[in-house]
Formats: sequence, structure tokens, C-alpha cells
Amino acid sequence: MLRVEEVYKSFDGFMAVNGASLHVDKGQIAAVIGPNGAGKTTLFNLITGQLSPDGGKILFQDQDITRLPPYAICRKGIARSFQIANVFPRLTVFTNVQVSVLSKQNRSGTLFRSVTSMAVRETYAILEHVGLADKAQHLAGSLSHGDQRILEIAIALGNEPELLILDEPTAGMSPEETKRTMQLIRELAENRALTILFCEHDMDIVFNVAQSIMVMHHGRTLIQGTPQEVRENKEVQEAYLGGADA
Amino acid sequence: MFKGNKKTLLVSAILFICLLVAPSFLPRFYTYIIASIYVTALLAMSLNLVVGYGGLYQFHHCAFYGVSAYTLALLITKSHVPFWVAFGAGPIAAALTGYLIGWFCVRLSKLYFGMLQISLGSLIWAIAFRWYSLTGGDDGIHGISVPDFISSTKSSYYFILVVLTISLVLMYIIIKSPFGTTLQATRDNPERCEAVGINVRKHQLIALVISTFFAGVAGVLYVILEQSVFPDLLFWVFSLEIFIMCLLGGWFTFAGPIIGAAMMVSLRTFVGVYTEYWTLVLGVILILLIFFLPEGIMGFFLDKFGAKAPNEDHGGTR
Repeated sequence: MLRVEEVYKSFDGFMAVNGASLHVDKGQIAAVIGPNGAGKTTLFNLITGQLSPDGGKILFQDQDITRLPPYAICRKGIARSFQIANVFPRLTVFTNVQVSVLSKQNRSGTLFRSVTSMAVRETYAILEHVGLADKAQHLAGSLSHGDQRILEIAIALGNEPELLILDEPTAGMSPEETKRTMQLIRELAENRALTILFCEHDMDIVFNVAQSIMVMHHGRTLIQGTPQEVRENKEVQEAYLGGADA
Repeated sequence: MFKGNKKTLLVSAILFICLLVAPSFLPRFYTYIIASIYVTALLAMSLNLVVGYGGLYQFHHCAFYGVSAYTLALLITKSHVPFWVAFGAGPIAAALTGYLIGWFCVRLSKLYFGMLQISLGSLIWAIAFRWYSLTGGDDGIHGISVPDFISSTKSSYYFILVVLTISLVLMYIIIKSPFGTTLQATRDNPERCEAVGINVRKHQLIALVISTFFAGVAGVLYVILEQSVFPDLLFWVFSLEIFIMCLLGGWFTFAGPIIGAAMMVSLRTFVGVYTEYWTLVLGVILILLIFFLPEGIMGFFLDKFGAKAPNEDHGGTR
């Protein structure tokens, strides 16, 4: 479904992503792991168009999406969340998700009709699913950090994506919230037939949830395979797991 | 449209009736001042569409106001087109200029957007100021004839009030539309907006065209009231004044700029009589405002009396 082929990206001479490759199959939960600064977030930003690669190719459903602007990539069916809580702080929780649903329905440009009754059912369905329905009328900026991260996923769901990309979905969350979030991610993959690609620090989470794992190191792909294959790989043990275990 | 808030509706209705009968009781001079507040208020509200709701650094808004006023003035004095055609051509010319300048500006971010706009807008001012044979230079154009039924102060007052009301209703509808909600989202977080499939630049450009169109409506209303135009209309200092009006009134509120405009026009008229340094008073007010009412006058009252700000109350039905 998603194929990343040998992409490069440098910032002022520093190779943040140095020939990374990745593939995600339909219906899969895939994860990218790697130590801090391995280039995980940069890779995600290349896929969703926030950055454009210096070289390499990105294909989504056999279409070339390399260097398309973010909104165009989103319309092809890829939605994402960001590492830092990235919501619309002065709008209500409801409106945060509504904006995304309206965008999916191609109604963002409608000028002379009231927004109040639009996409209400769809928006509440999503809010109920992620457990934010009771906070629908709160300002997004007033939510707790954990709730803002959940709201981010809700915003991404508003786009009804085929591929959902989550950049460290549990960063900064309490253990309780982390559990809730991972449960949510698993549910989404099952109930909505979503394909999910996420990156994460916490090894336990990754090996529990992901069906395919790509290990990044110094901007390069070390290996991509099943959790079993990754765990048994020597290079990975040296570069990453060994260091973590010791 | 104004559902759910009967008090607001009642107050607006009473206010509107007062404004309707005002010219019958007030001397001509005051009628003129109120009409001029209407024109300025419309201009300030059109600016607030992109500044308060869109978060854009629209630093030279009066350029579009001036383009519209000059378009009407030139068409009347230099050609034989009917008045109402020229009246419609003004806002359209303003919107076209807004599209052209905006096309370049939305490619830049924040302050650079504003700087480029000041440069391009000042170019238009220079044309109005220097091209004597066409625009009359710094003398401007005087004695622009308008149809008889709106040529007196009182009749132009009513005409302006009607056009203002229609414009306000239209702007209110636009702000409450999916377009308006999305515009507020682009203000809050453009990066996130792109990531939910919104072409932020295109959205901002459309907002600019709408905003400059209404600035153009204010421009033609100005000509009807004053029957003259001069280059100061598009001088950047005036743009700054409009910006301050939005700030004074509260730019996260719908009606705030009207209050800001009323204050500025009154200050200039009544304090300006005593001293040409009326801006000193304005300066003091601004300083107090920044310290005590950072959300503006209207923002303060909405906060105080529990009414929700207009950008926070949709999605209320379920």
C-alpha cells in the first residue's frame, strides 16, 4: 500500500534520512523504531509532505506522491498525527474534528450555509469512539496533554483515511493513558480496517502491537520484518536493543 | 441566525431603530459623522475577517478601499457609464486587486506577508498620488455626481445604513459557514490544516478576495458620502488606523471593529477640534487597553457577561 524507496533528506549537510526504505501492506499495523535522532519524525514528514525529499521515491497505492503538498497527500487517503499536540487551540473539540470531516466531504469552501448543522453526526461518532464526546464543547487548548493527543487522532480520523500515520502517539502520556491509546489504535485497525504506521520509543508497546517493524539507525533502514525477525537480528541487537537492555 | 440569544437580538433591534430615526433628531453634522462611522466600521470589519478570523497580517488594507473609491470616481468623471455600473465596479476592482496582491502575499509567512503588502499597496498609493493627468494627484477628485436620491446627507445616511446592514449580514453568514470555520482553523494552526487536506494558501486567498471586496463596498460608500476622493485614502498610515480599530474593539469578536471604528472617528472629530495632536489621546487609550483589556473592548464585555465569543459557539446543536 505504501512504499518508501531509498529516500534522502539533509539539513545543512546533516543527513537526517539517509536512504531509508519502508513498505506497509494493507490492513497492517506497522511501526518504525530507532533511537532518538534516528530520523523517524523526518521520515514521516517526508511521507506526508511537510518536507520534500532530496532523493528517492514515495508511492501510495501505486501512485507517486513524492513532493506533493501535504493537503494533496491527505486527499489521497493518508492522515496523520504529530509528535507534539497539534490541535486548533481556540476552537472547540467538536469544531476541531468537524473541520477535518468537512474537508473530507469537500465542503470546506461552502460560503453561504450555516456550519452549525453540518457533519454533526459524523463528528460525534468519532468523538464517541475516542471517548471525547463529553468534552465536545470545551476549547481544545484547555484539554489535558493526553486528551489533546487523543483529539489529534480524532482529527486524523475525520479524514476517513486508508492509512493513518501516528508520530509517537503516546509521547508524554501517563502509563494509564498510554494503555488507553494503544487499545484505541488496535481497535481502529480492527473496526475501521485501517492501515496504521506509527513510531514509538517504548519497545514493549511496539512488539505487542505491531505486525511489521522497521528499525532505523542514523537515518538508514537496518531491517524491516516481523517482531520475531527483528528481535533475532544481530545488527539490531548491537545498535539498539542491546544498548537498551544493558 | 442570531438564535439562542434573545437579549442580543433585542438590544440589536432597539439600537437599529435608534439609528433609523437618528437623522430626524440630530443636526446635519452629527448625521454625517455617524454615516462616516458606518463607512469606517464596514472597512474595519472587512479587515477583521482576515486579521481576526484568518490570522493574516493584512497591513495595507486601505489600498483596496482606495482602489474602489477611485474606480467609482474615475468612471463617473471620465466616462459615461451609468452610476450603478460604476458602483458595482468599485468593489469588483478592489477584489481583483486583492486577488493579485494576495496571490503573492499568501506565498510568504506572517510578517513578510505584511511587508510585501505594504510595498505593493504603497505602489497603488504612488499611482494615485503622482499620476496627475488621471487621478488629479494630491488634489484628488472632487464634485463626483451621485444620483439625486442619495445626494443629501440624510438620504446618503440611509443608503449607507442599508448597504452596511446587508454587508454585515453577509459577513456574519460567511463567518458561520464551513468556510469561516475552516478559516479560523487555518489561523489557529495552518500546519495541521494542511494535514487534514485543506489547501491553506487557496483558502487564505479566497478570504482575502472576500475581505477586499467588502473594503471596496466601504470605498464606494465613502464616495457617496463625501463626493470626493484623495490619495490619503490609500496612505499606509490610514491602514494602521484601521488595524488599531480592530485591536481597540477586539478582534476575536464579530462586532468589535464597529466599536473601534466609532471610537477612532469620534476621537478624530471631537478631540481633533481642540488639538491636532489627538493621536496622543489615542496613544494613551491604546496603552491602557493593552494592559487592562488585551482582548479589546468587545472581547472584555463578552467575557464579563458570559456571552460566548462568536468563534467559540458553533457545534452547539446535537
